[in-house]
Amino acid sequence: MEPPALSPQGVSDRTRRWRRVRRIAALPIAALALAGCKVPTFGAAPGATTSSQSVYHLWQGFSIGAVIVGGFTLILILWSAMAYRRKGEGIPKQSQYHIPLEMTYTIVPVLIVLGLFAATLVVENKEVALPKTDVTINVNAFQWGWKFTYPGHDVVVVGQTTQDPEMVMPVNENVHINLTSSDVIHGFYVHAFNFSRYALPGVLNQFTLRAVNTGTYNGQCTQLCGLYHSLMVFRVKVVSQSDYTAWLSSQANAANASAAEKATNQQTSSITPTKPAKSKGGY
Amino acid sequence: MTDVLDPPIIEEPSGHEEHLEEHLGPTGIVKWITTTDHKVIGLSYTVTAVIMMVIGGVFAEIIRAQLTSPNNTLVSLAQYNELFTMHGSTMIYLFIGPFAFGGLANIIVPIQIGAPDMAFPRLNALSYWLYLMGSITMLSGFFVAGGAANFGWVGYAPLSNSINSPGAGADLWIAGLLLTGFSAIFTGVNLVATIFYLRAPGMTMFRMPIFTWNMLVTAILILLAFPVLTAGLIMLYCDRHFGTHIYSVAGGGVPVLWQHVFWFWGHPEVYIIALPFFGVVTEILAVFSKKPVFGYKGMVFATMTIGALSLGVWAHHMFTTGVVLLPFFSIMSLLIAVPTGIKFFNWIGTMWRGEVWLSTAMLMSIGFLITFLLGGLTGIYLASPPLDFFTHDTYFVVAHFHSIVMALMLGAMAGLYYWGPKFTGYLLNEKYGKIQFWFLFIGTQVFTLPQYLLGLRGMPRRIGVYPLHPSWQYLNQISTVGAVLVGISTVVFIANVAVSWKKYPAGDNPWDGHTLEWFTTSPPPHHNFYRLPQIRSERPTWDYNHPGHRAAEHGHGHDADSHEEVPAP
Repeated sequence: MEPPALSPQGVSDRTRRWRRVRRIAALPIAALALAGCKVPTFGAAPGATTSSQSVYHLWQGFSIGAVIVGGFTLILILWSAMAYRRKGEGIPKQSQYHIPLEMTYTIVPVLIVLGLFAATLVVENKEVALPKTDVTINVNAFQWGWKFTYPGHDVVVVGQTTQDPEMVMPVNENVHINLTSSDVIHGFYVHAFNFSRYALPGVLNQFTLRAVNTGTYNGQCTQLCGLYHSLMVFRVKVVSQSDYTAWLSSQANAANASAAEKATNQQTSSITPTKPAKSKGGY
Repeated sequence: MTDVLDPPIIEEPSGHEEHLEEHLGPTGIVKWITTTDHKVIGLSYTVTAVIMMVIGGVFAEIIRAQLTSPNNTLVSLAQYNELFTMHGSTMIYLFIGPFAFGGLANIIVPIQIGAPDMAFPRLNALSYWLYLMGSITMLSGFFVAGGAANFGWVGYAPLSNSINSPGAGADLWIAGLLLTGFSAIFTGVNLVATIFYLRAPGMTMFRMPIFTWNMLVTAILILLAFPVLTAGLIMLYCDRHFGTHIYSVAGGGVPVLWQHVFWFWGHPEVYIIALPFFGVVTEILAVFSKKPVFGYKGMVFATMTIGALSLGVWAHHMFTTGVVLLPFFSIMSLLIAVPTGIKFFNWIGTMWRGEVWLSTAMLMSIGFLITFLLGGLTGIYLASPPLDFFTHDTYFVVAHFHSIVMALMLGAMAGLYYWGPKFTGYLLNEKYGKIQFWFLFIGTQVFTLPQYLLGLRGMPRRIGVYPLHPSWQYLNQISTVGAVLVGISTVVFIANVAVSWKKYPAGDNPWDGHTLEWFTTSPPPHHNFYRLPQIRSERPTWDYNHPGHRAAEHGHGHDADSHEEVPAP
């Protein structure tokens, strides 16, 4: 091996080339820094909970990495396929090893991966934390619908397939969810929360949702659960604290009323057994 | 440089070989049924697997047709569940794996290492028949009452138990999978034994071609992973029919156990189907760039690392179950990006400053690189639990693994264009090949890219009808157009086979190949070789044909092995 050629300044060509490469590589990073808050969405959205916003930022971070690494690799692939198209029957130099280069593209990915992992841990720990809270909703998934129970409030919302049951929850409050399944595995997925979790039979899955915007969001079962899996939809309605309290008491009243009505109906039907259809429904 | 000019080792006189074939073999269908020749078995595997690919592709086209409008009634929801279950099952269990280790590896590995056949030829034949019967068993589910299996190709318990899936189709799925699973195990045993014990003189481990290396790691993964699936399936069958409660909560069992067992097989399986095609494209990129594989040893270690890591990442499919240790499986999964990245740069380094010949096989391989890059990068997102919570079981995941498997499909086609001439003796038409490539490559991107967006916009997978939602419909329609383009590429391929049928004789070495299979005739004789060259590197045929162009030492790269190759005088 001949020593690397030295330029008049005493800096090797290779070093100069590296400096140029570094200068070029610094450009997109500087551009991103300047853009600041205008980081592209990469197809995702911040969503409506605190966690969903952390996930969104993690998504952006991963995407920036993916675009830089992927773009660099793609350009190299296309360049080497286009630029070195054969011109004749010549045989190119049979080079096979370049240890410094190989070391570089082993170590750099390790560092990138460790960075991604660190960012993952920060978001993950925030997302799976279970802070103490007063608001608890028990979510039970079944073939093919959802039951939302509000313990301590005597409120139950239940609906199947196209009935779109609605889970009402307060804004700016940690809401503790206890997720279970009565039969097969279902997936509790709310797109606007950038979040999903399996509902498993025999397992209690717990997580916390803290919504930051009021509104109604679509949810759907994501884990194949049989024939009507496609129709197992629900909605999440995030309301203000006062609306939530009002809703709870109205539901509780309605529940009491309907229980009373049911009792009356039973009485009625026992008196007048001439309405078999209704008594069937009442029982 | 005198060693490569030495007269080749004469292994067997050719007259003797012809004599054997003349007198011992039956002909026609009896020959096919009774054969133990790895090339014939491999060809049977390849043809059967391509038929399975067409069947699985038809399912895919029906699925895509159903999704062109939100409440389509082309198929019922029950039929839709059967279709995507059998689409996934056919493609994963019956096409891509058997194509790789039963088809390509079976034919090529023994020839690449200078062996006369596989180590256990009769076991090899048994593998094929088990695979064929397993395939027929699984697909016959469509002809029984209740239809084929309909619980997804992953068959999650308790949906797959006898209460939720009472039909015989589910049992046929289990039985078919058991049969093809045993076929894979036997092929794995055969490959490991062949590679360890039947290498020709001079073929040290570090002179094995990359494809053979990858198949060795694949075979070891098969031996570690498939028995677990087999055990899991037997437990599932017992739950369904013999009253056990291994996966049922009611009897004190644990449904998630099935997921552990399934993915303990299922994630290595991803590499069992991917590593062979990494090997295929590595060989092709080197041959069509007229250069050795860049960083050959790094490539081998990267393959081993991928194999080892793949055994410790299964629970990244289960992040959303809430019952697995997230950070461990996250870092293990992320780390797989490192050896995969090494491979990418080695592939680029192989092409770098080469004489790149953009044949169909080479185009397919470059298509593989680009498509796999996309699938690999989106896989990194999914290794991060918070991002997995976000995209799990949505179309983002569907798009991710279709980028991966469509890359493998490109790799499979690359393998057929590259090695097809070796085992048939005839080249395929290059013009048709290039048309096929563009349909396949563009079609793949057109059908996967909208699916990434669909997933990010919240469309769950495995739904046959979907809520009216802005943009879901047109994204689905674009995706369907892509699927049709991929379908057309398959038609072009079949047309190519018909057009090129016995038309363009290949000769022994049409691509100026590097490895031993290009040293023998096309197709190779009964026991593969009449003569062998001296094997002094991983490119014996190249060394023989281009004695002045051995792989060069470069930079600080110091290859200890090559010292002994330099002749003393």
